Amino acid sequence: MRITRTGGGHGRRAAALTTTVLTASALLLTGCSSDDSSSDAKDSNGNITLTVADFGQFGYKEAGLFAQYHKLHPNITVKENTTANEQDYYPKLLQQLNTSSGLSDVQGIEVGRIKEVVDTQAAKFADLSKTINVSDWVSWKEKQATASDGSVIGAGTDIGPMSLCYRSDLFKAAGLPSDRDSVAKAVAGGWEDYLKLGEKFKAKAPKGTYFMDSASAMYNAVVGSSAEQYYDASGKAIYKNSPAVQQGWNLAAEAASKKLTEGLPQFTDAWTAALRKGTVATVACPAWMAGQISTNAGDAYKGKWDIARAPGTSAANWGGSFLAVPKSGKNVKAATDLVKWLTSPAQQAAVFKAIGVFPSNKGAYDLASVKNATLPYFNNAPIGQIYADEAKAIPEAVLGAKDGTIKDTISTQINNMEQRGTKPAKAWKAATDSIDKVIG
Amino acid sequence: MATTTPTRGAPTPPPGGVGAVSKEPSVWRTRLWRLDDKASPYAYIAPFFLIFGAFGLYPMLYTGWIAMHRVEMTSLSQSEWVGWDNFAKILQDSEFWTAVTNTFVIGVISTVPQLLMALGLAHLLNYKLRASTFWRTVILTPYATSVATAALVFALVFRADGGLLNWVLHFVGIGNTDWGNGEWSSKFAISAIVIWRWTGYNTLIYLAAMQAVPTDLYEAASIDGATRWQQFRKVTIPSLRPTILFTIVISTIGSMQLFGEPLLLQGGTLGSTGGSEHQYETLSIYLFNYGWKLGHLGPAAAVAWAMLVLLLLIALINLIVGRVLRKSAA
Repeated sequence: MRITRTGGGHGRRAAALTTTVLTASALLLTGCSSDDSSSDAKDSNGNITLTVADFGQFGYKEAGLFAQYHKLHPNITVKENTTANEQDYYPKLLQQLNTSSGLSDVQGIEVGRIKEVVDTQAAKFADLSKTINVSDWVSWKEKQATASDGSVIGAGTDIGPMSLCYRSDLFKAAGLPSDRDSVAKAVAGGWEDYLKLGEKFKAKAPKGTYFMDSASAMYNAVVGSSAEQYYDASGKAIYKNSPAVQQGWNLAAEAASKKLTEGLPQFTDAWTAALRKGTVATVACPAWMAGQISTNAGDAYKGKWDIARAPGTSAANWGGSFLAVPKSGKNVKAATDLVKWLTSPAQQAAVFKAIGVFPSNKGAYDLASVKNATLPYFNNAPIGQIYADEAKAIPEAVLGAKDGTIKDTISTQINNMEQRGTKPAKAWKAATDSIDKVIG
Repeated sequence: MATTTPTRGAPTPPPGGVGAVSKEPSVWRTRLWRLDDKASPYAYIAPFFLIFGAFGLYPMLYTGWIAMHRVEMTSLSQSEWVGWDNFAKILQDSEFWTAVTNTFVIGVISTVPQLLMALGLAHLLNYKLRASTFWRTVILTPYATSVATAALVFALVFRADGGLLNWVLHFVGIGNTDWGNGEWSSKFAISAIVIWRWTGYNTLIYLAAMQAVPTDLYEAASIDGATRWQQFRKVTIPSLRPTILFTIVISTIGSMQLFGEPLLLQGGTLGSTGGSEHQYETLSIYLFNYGWKLGHLGPAAAVAWAMLVLLLLIALINLIVGRVLRKSAA
């Protein structure tokens, strides 16, 4: 290693150094690509393996739907590949679409991303309007996945009508009314009432418990009740002056300054740990959140959680996904059939029963299993009724290309206000700087 | 290369009656030999340069091309010439400068203790030890661990909630640090991972250099009555100077590329933005976030080139420092 003693002078050393530097920086740029090649090909017996890539909790495994599909079509086996966090899933999907490699036969797409996918990637997905009946869905759902040429690139899975999940035992301990009707009544005036309830809770709450998990969750719930959120109908980003964003932001800042929240970014380890330890009293609860809570909180809190109507009178939607079929797949036909089956009323109802994710296919609402559904984990809350009422009143939201990222960026800054005590003005500037970069 | 041929480099055959006939092929042969002599080294090293061209130079130039264009992750096939706009964009971005600062701070607080510890350990290993091969292997084990594994294990150690370190610290009453969230604590956490992984590697480099130091120097020193510590300072360190310079260069390049450790410390979205307030965002993370999370490849490529320029600057400073040191030593 005594490189100076071997002679050759400065020239060679400098050259060696430069080469090292060049190689090193080249490596930097070529790194971080992983390839999940999947075996889609039909084997000699005509058997097909279909792959489904999704994120979070779609509930198909929990409802046993893939096994059931295999029973109905013995030559088809479905394999699911789930990414826990959608923010990790989506960039990877874009990369795979760009290179047309590593894609699964069916890909899940979150509602915050659907506009960007429809605008920029529609040509890479099969048109599902020929196989599914678009009018079966709630009026606004399939519109979101319709491209300018009329092709529909995604079949709606669920929607996220909002409710309020709360711990009735903690409410009781803090001297608050704990049955779901009284809770709904206490917050009927809107999210301001919810914060007032939080202050009452905080005054007498058991030690180590917090009124809400994160202010960003409440922010999302507030924004979700408006038709106009981050973009206007012409596709212009208006988040800086959007009344919905302002209202949500101010409420979040208030919650943070009054220390009503535990300040945990949702879906992080710390967040799941808090649910497991039972330190959180309320969670703004789109239908799919119920499954997250019951999975993470575990049996110890079964029956102690309950579900009430969300604060306020205007209905909100948060989240909801689509299933899309990339054209480059080897089994487009089989994958399209699978998507049609998975998003049919009976299957959406089965998923709803299994994890509480609410159907977007109207046909499912008339099924007894949805209409009369209760969730044992949540003290037998009549979720079918709560969510169906809410779902009817959800406004048709204007979507924008970067909705998902804008939402995430603002959520991060709300977390900073809660956790690090960042002043609202500074946090807002950081958020807008960051979002300008996103829209770029 | 063939070395046994006596004709190589030999003068042309002696003149004679048959010379006119045999001259033609022998000139050819000489030319061939000369060609072999000159060209074959290039043929031998060609594979490296071909591979370097394909996987090093081409991506780099292509990155330069992207840095001058507007290229989006959502539509890779479309690009639009923007000139130096992307560079202007990142230079005006406060997050870029945060990343530069973080990269240097983390680089310093991980490289300095790391090299000092490596020097000490190498000195210890240089003594006559029982089972010395065993110790040398042990010391290299962390280096053999993958970044991802190491970072994930340390992420558990540094976790705010139920982390190993907090559990230990809790017995002295200070177990509430949210390591990944703090301005400094997060940087220390990352440098701890780096130090753990690379100390052994540098130790072995130092050890190799130490073993090349002639033993008579030490003998002479001990006859003169020098203590172990004096021997270390007056004999070992000066002999190791070029090696130390080399490890500094390597470590600097390494810390410039710091990526896996900060990405995985908190993981998820926080990892990809280097913490909620970018408190431990390095340049690589900034690049990754700009290109792969936000999908703007132009500015991301500009960051890559900015990193190259920074590295060249550092290399230049190293070169100058090295030259000055050698002059002062002489």
